[in-house]
Amino acid sequence: MTGLFYALLSLGGFALLAGVVLAIAQQVFHVEGDPMVDKVDNLLPQTQCGQCGYPGCKPYATAVAALEAEVNHCVPGGERTMLAIADLMGVEPKAVEQEAAAPMLAFVREDECIGCTLCIKACPVDAIIGAPKQYHTILADHCTGCELCVEPCPVDCIDMLVKPELIEHWSWPLPKTRRSQLGHERREHHAGHA
Amino acid sequence: MTEIALILLSAVLVNNFVLTKFLGICPFLGTSGKVETAVGMSFAVMFVMTLASVCSWLVQQFILVPLGLEYLQTIFFILIIAALVQFIEMMIHKTSPVLYQALGIFLPLITTNCAVLGVALLNVQQEQTFVTSALYGFGAAVGFALVLILFSGLRERMEVSPVPALFKGSPLTLITAGMMSLAFMGFSGLVKI
Amino acid sequence: MPAMLRNLAQRLGMMAHSFDGGIHPAQHKISAALASEPCPLSPIHILPMKMHIGAPCTSLVAVGDYVLRGQKIAKSEGYVSVPVHAPTSGRVVRIEEYAIPHPSGMGIPSIFIESDGDDAADDSIEPISDWRGMDPALLRERARMCGLAGLGGAVFPTFIKLVQDSRFPIETVVLNGIECEPWLTNDHRLMVEYADEILTGLAIIMHMVKTDSAIIAIEDNKPDAAKAIQLALDARDDLDDVRVVVLPTRYPQGSEKQLIYSLTGREVPAGKLPMHVGVLCQNVGTTRALYQAVVLGQPLTERMVSVSGDAMPRPANLRVRIGTPMRYVFARQGLEDFDGVRILHGGPMMGELLRHPDVPVVKSTNGMLAMREASFMSAHTQEQACIRCGHCSEACPAGLVPNLLADQCRSDQFDKAESYNLFDCIECGACSYVCPSNIPLVHYFRYGKGQIAQQRREKGFAEASRVRSEARDMRIEQEKQARAARRSSVRKTHPPKVEAESAPASEPAESSKMEQESKD
Repeated sequence: MTGLFYALLSLGGFALLAGVVLAIAQQVFHVEGDPMVDKVDNLLPQTQCGQCGYPGCKPYATAVAALEAEVNHCVPGGERTMLAIADLMGVEPKAVEQEAAAPMLAFVREDECIGCTLCIKACPVDAIIGAPKQYHTILADHCTGCELCVEPCPVDCIDMLVKPELIEHWSWPLPKTRRSQLGHERREHHAGHA
Repeated sequence: MTEIALILLSAVLVNNFVLTKFLGICPFLGTSGKVETAVGMSFAVMFVMTLASVCSWLVQQFILVPLGLEYLQTIFFILIIAALVQFIEMMIHKTSPVLYQALGIFLPLITTNCAVLGVALLNVQQEQTFVTSALYGFGAAVGFALVLILFSGLRERMEVSPVPALFKGSPLTLITAGMMSLAFMGFSGLVKI
Repeated sequence: MPAMLRNLAQRLGMMAHSFDGGIHPAQHKISAALASEPCPLSPIHILPMKMHIGAPCTSLVAVGDYVLRGQKIAKSEGYVSVPVHAPTSGRVVRIEEYAIPHPSGMGIPSIFIESDGDDAADDSIEPISDWRGMDPALLRERARMCGLAGLGGAVFPTFIKLVQDSRFPIETVVLNGIECEPWLTNDHRLMVEYADEILTGLAIIMHMVKTDSAIIAIEDNKPDAAKAIQLALDARDDLDDVRVVVLPTRYPQGSEKQLIYSLTGREVPAGKLPMHVGVLCQNVGTTRALYQAVVLGQPLTERMVSVSGDAMPRPANLRVRIGTPMRYVFARQGLEDFDGVRILHGGPMMGELLRHPDVPVVKSTNGMLAMREASFMSAHTQEQACIRCGHCSEACPAGLVPNLLADQCRSDQFDKAESYNLFDCIECGACSYVCPSNIPLVHYFRYGKGQIAQQRREKGFAEASRVRSEARDMRIEQEKQARAARRSSVRKTHPPKVEAESAPASEPAESSKMEQESKD
């Protein structure tokens, strides 16, 4: 009987001690918020387009960091962003549902614009300038191509144009050898395509 | 002095926990994808293993043996290890969220890691003293870290090498681990006494 | 000799410094003995708005304008930029996009000048004979306004380098007459024929950066050039502390950092410039152009071009006006049918393969090579598995591990490639040259570098978008608060009759709660 008593007492006492130490450690190493949100947010293209089903990049990052959302919902980011997020979160990559289209720019046909300011209100990055009853125009350097301004326009005067390719931004393609393609297939395999 | 060197050498190379005793295979395969992760895991395991062997020796000598409670060894040791793992988990979460994320489930799983429990139990079995058990725990952890980091380096290289489709992924990983194990077994007979 | 042993011997002073790695490709300098000749004026000249590294220029002329030789026709925008000058007199006929010598085959806006054959020069730029008494800053402005850019091929605006920075005083000027690329002989001919002009240019550089010491580096496959320079040097009464150093031929000796190490034993750290180790490196062609700009008052409108290659009927060293169509130059040298011929802009190691000869000669055109298709390395189609022989690592002058880097670039592990110092690669092509498996290593590095640059650009754009988006959210929040505050103040002054008792009590509480929320 004393054996059992000793056993319970020592085990319980030891567990209590460990609990107290851990409780103190919890205070010392308390983590404020989820530091992963910012890290995921940093990987997103910040188009604020809402194609992921969340109202913007930050909310999607929050959902991903909380493991509530899959890593493959960012359409403009494409495969590269998906891989980066999967890598950061330590989860299996998943195929991107929708191929990322070529980068686009919104363009206002100014002679048709009636100056209603609805697109200005819709633009998530303040890239449209104009005033009521004045022509609006879109700053090409700041447009993320999110298409959020197309829908509200009452006269449909906003076009989505393909972003012009600049020679300064040209970069070398992969060499066209069989082995280089092998390497790329491997990458796609990792991305869950194969 | 010779004894200390021998214990360390034995734990790190000759009786390597992972490749000779085949303990702790799970994190060895699970966290060796990237060198950074492997280094983080190695330090976590080093911390837990060394302290676990010290604490378990103390508990064994001053609680279990005097009270005749040797049959509670396993549960006591797991309690110690679990507390240590909880502690390091909080620490890593605070200091390096990315490593925390990368280690994922393998960090709490150190609790049930056979290498950590194994080192505590072996210490008792081999009737080590306080110093030698601490050394043995540390040596075993260094051995674990050594093979884990080596292996992650190999895996990083394999990741970018063209490999026949048949061997992609796990098969090649396991074959490589087997070959590393063969190489480490070559250390037996390293020291003649 | 093992690299370690050589390193030790160099440190002990038992051996001259020399960069690591390198290769000895066949020289093929078939045009070395051919005296330079002027290329006749072409009927049309095409001037791209950007022939240097940096910001593009904007046109100063309109279609129909009459321009003189040396007249500024496009002005530089931004600091890292130099203007463009008309290469001959004539009329501006078109301003439109035209292909430039670039691997993409893409074009940029260009000014087309139809030559009137008079070649009348614009003499508004005063020659400076007494440059020794002049403020270096004025000479520097002269170098900028005359459109000088590194004529060795990098076309970095020259004036930027010609500066006295008290933090990094220049101790030695290195004059680069190495010309290590096979086939090319333009710098060689310049040194033989214009030794004295080059030396005057060197003296101007030394005056500008306030130093007395200079090294003229020439490879030992050009003994006549070394002799000509030495003779010209002996004939002058200035330039006492200038040495001619003849280095053993090895590619890529002419690369700036490698050359500086070979000559001075100083290593330029990664991401730093030669001026950080007290050295200024200039190409001989640029130096002569500086002489012309300062002493003769001539902007850069002409350069020496090696026209060579195994498919070239009459190889030559030509002084070509910038903007001359390459097809015209080739035709003059007897090459009109481009079937089975590939054209290289620059040397065979670092030059670009052009898709067609319908591009103009630009400031970076040091060579135009016409090569038979059969003499091309078939690396592009016959890449085989890496056998880990390590030849690429031995050949790399930057001390990198090319096979590993190529694997990383191929599988898009760019952050890893960067941590293995991908950006220290000078793209000299030595690794591809020695690879027994025909792996196009440099192409992988270019791919990797391009992708990393693109990622950085996207990152920057995303960052800017985030800032704008956050600013917008904040503004909307503030507007909402301002509205709420206005509403509550309106209600306070004109309280609704029915809720006169409850409204004032609840409103402030609500608005303060809202404020708190926005702070969170």
